[in-house]
Amino acid sequence: MSNRNTEEAIMNARKNRLLLAVTLALARVTAVAAPRDDLLAGYAAAAKKTDPAFAGFSATRGEAFHRNSFAGGKAATPTCTSCHAKDPRTAGQTPAGKAIDPLAVSVSPGRYTDPAKVEKWFKRNCNEVLGRECTPQEKGDWLSFMLSQ
Amino acid sequence: MNLPYRPIALGLIAVAFSALLFQRAQAGGSHYFAPVNDAVVKEECGSCHLAFPPSMLPASSWQRMMADLKNHFGDDASVDAATAAHITDYLVANAGDTGGRRYGDKLLRGSSTTKAPLRITELSRWLREHREVPAWEWQHKDVRSKANCVACHAAAERGYYDD
Repeated sequence: MSNRNTEEAIMNARKNRLLLAVTLALARVTAVAAPRDDLLAGYAAAAKKTDPAFAGFSATRGEAFHRNSFAGGKAATPTCTSCHAKDPRTAGQTPAGKAIDPLAVSVSPGRYTDPAKVEKWFKRNCNEVLGRECTPQEKGDWLSFMLSQ
Repeated sequence: MNLPYRPIALGLIAVAFSALLFQRAQAGGSHYFAPVNDAVVKEECGSCHLAFPPSMLPASSWQRMMADLKNHFGDDASVDAATAAHITDYLVANAGDTGGRRYGDKLLRGSSTTKAPLRITELSRWLREHREVPAWEWQHKDVRSKANCVACHAAAERGYYDD
């Protein structure tokens, strides 16, 4: 009898531990995903403000944007892929020769979790490539593309 | 007393010579520049190019550079005021004529520390050390820029700039 009780107690303890592990794992996934969702939500809200017909972001449009050539920015960097790789899963290279980590979230899981960093680079790079700031729609589309990769 | 002067003298010379060698080896043969060990500086100054060791330029250069990040060699590299102040403090404290003197001393020889040179690659000592590198090597697609130290100095990120 006492043996059975001990066994049950051990099983219960195991179940509890498993439950705890699963909860913790879920919490961690949410902790990483939350800033990205917040970013997208922020861009969506801003896009809606300027365009009442805003109908969500599109990774396909984001991909086209990523590869498009623009005339407004610097001659040396007409497109995102002047420095970043055409395939977001591979590394890019800065004009100074330094490697840039891949943009795709599947390869660089730490990306887009610090909103200030995302905004800093949108500001710099959009100015370099387009000669202006990117619109919330462009940012959201592009980010959706990278999150889908 | 009849001391064996010759062997003793030779022995002393050998000891002195190895001490000299050891000292050089410890200092990385004068091609060692302590890498940036501040997380903010590493992030802000090391995204586009190698985070250059502060000892490669005098303090006046870092002050001049940090005062005009909007025109940073053709790029807008501006950061917020608090970050800029933090970076400037670090660079100035560890510059080649302040805290990083023992690393930067040789590289800065023959260069003015008051004229605030902005390009490491224009220091006369740097030019002399690289005079044998042919043009085609600089233009190689894996090099692209004289700021790309790592292309040839494989251990540059860790501070070693030997051949």
